Amino acid sequence: MIKKPFRQLAIDGDLVLKDATKEISRRLDQPTRRAFLQRSLSLGGLSLLSGCSLVDDSSVENALMTVSRFNDKVQAWLFDPNRLAPTYPDSMITRPFPFNAYYGEDEIRHVEEESYRLEVTGMVADKHAWTLAELRAMPQTDQITRHICVEGWSAIGKWGGVPFASFLRRVGADLSAQYVGFKCADDYYTSIDMPTALHPQTLLTLTYDSQPLPPRYGFPMKLRMPTKLGYKNPKHIQAIFVTNTYPGGYWEDQGYNWFGGS
Amino acid sequence: MANDTDLIHPLWVRLTHWINALAIVVLATSGWRIYDASPFFAFAIPREITLGGWLGGAIQWHFAAMWVLVGNGLIYLACNIVSGRLWRKFFPLSPRAFLADVLAAVKGRLSHVDLSHYNMVQRAAYLFVMVDSVLLVLSGLVLWKSVQFPILRELLGGYEAARREHFLAMAALVAFAAIHLLMVALVPRTLLAMIRGR
Ligand code: HEM
Repeated sequence: MIKKPFRQLAIDGDLVLKDATKEISRRLDQPTRRAFLQRSLSLGGLSLLSGCSLVDDSSVENALMTVSRFNDKVQAWLFDPNRLAPTYPDSMITRPFPFNAYYGEDEIRHVEEESYRLEVTGMVADKHAWTLAELRAMPQTDQITRHICVEGWSAIGKWGGVPFASFLRRVGADLSAQYVGFKCADDYYTSIDMPTALHPQTLLTLTYDSQPLPPRYGFPMKLRMPTKLGYKNPKHIQAIFVTNTYPGGYWEDQGYNWFGGS
Repeated sequence: MANDTDLIHPLWVRLTHWINALAIVVLATSGWRIYDASPFFAFAIPREITLGGWLGGAIQWHFAAMWVLVGNGLIYLACNIVSGRLWRKFFPLSPRAFLADVLAAVKGRLSHVDLSHYNMVQRAAYLFVMVDSVLLVLSGLVLWKSVQFPILRELLGGYEAARREHFLAMAALVAFAAIHLLMVALVPRTLLAMIRGR
């Protein structure tokens, strides 16, 4: 049931090759996005578009991207900073909780606890690098919430850690900045809006089901947000930065909606 | 709405009808691709008849066409209600007359002389698809923003229930469209009226 979405745009040749070999048995005819748009445009009543030189593929792509940006704004407007995602009893936790990433389980990154340092940069007062012990010494909380994937499936899990808002305040982040960006040990990257970063259920997660976060769920740390889709919840976080420059994201740069809220 | 009387379908009905048909085609075909990313029934939709190519593309189409469906649908409903056309054309609904019309239709004896008058089967079918579209939009809202619409989410039984409801409402709408197209093919004059207005 759980599948990972396919990367469409080549960024790193090696990764693409790896992905391709992994996917090839399942999706032999995965078209490139461009070729696909041509095909898709001849579907249904849309054939008139592909025959018309005024409307080429890239302008369709741009139009869809513009709507996606508009949808970001609508979601930011709809987002209520005080509205909580539903929480569930222990008995409703999905076991086993699914693994999902842009790579397979055999490629899960293993981060060394001893040498690990969390880098904090950008519009913050305190730029010192954090050890795990320092993070564990901060007040912790936990939550049992529903993780909703962009693919449609959902699963209930239990995460514990430091409320992200208290972490941001502790490092003296400029809370009027627009974005918080994340860089991860698995080369994943993403970014979120400040209101979501400050939401009471946004958690700098150190544990899963009351155990230290296992590598498959993002050791040593992931950002858990029950108000956003799975791909907005980065794992194996190595660096956090506060900025006013749009940082994008791994999937977002390929066309997933940036706000990605639920 | 001024020349409602000499037209079978006023211009606003024809415009909103065709915009709606286009939006439905885009939403259904891109929705099938989204469903395929994680099917909850024992089947997947053949890739060839889906729109978007990959999940991200399908979502972009879906979340663009949803605005067309909602905006256009609101205009259609508002015009229909304000002009009183909704009551004139689709009511009264009588279960007995409905059965009689179904029987007559099966026997091929349903009259299509006056295209400006909808028989009970047409009334029921069109009202059904209006209600079904509303359910599609509401369940879609729960899927898109389940945290932000808590009352709607609980009314529909939660996120996972809303997924099934959204799919079933889609299936019902596709079934309507199939029968709808068959009927139009049987009485092609209706198509002309839906294009020209008379
Ligand atoms: C592209 C294929 C379609 C064609 C060729 C088509 C054709 C027609 C025609 C000829 C009529 C007038 C029929 C009559 O006099 O009873 C009609 C009415 C209607 N159609 Fe369609 N249709 C299509 C798609 C759809 C879809 C996808 C929907 C809804 C989801 C839809 C909803 C309706 C409704 C609600 C009416 C009644 C409108 C009113 O009088 O206010 N149609 N259609």
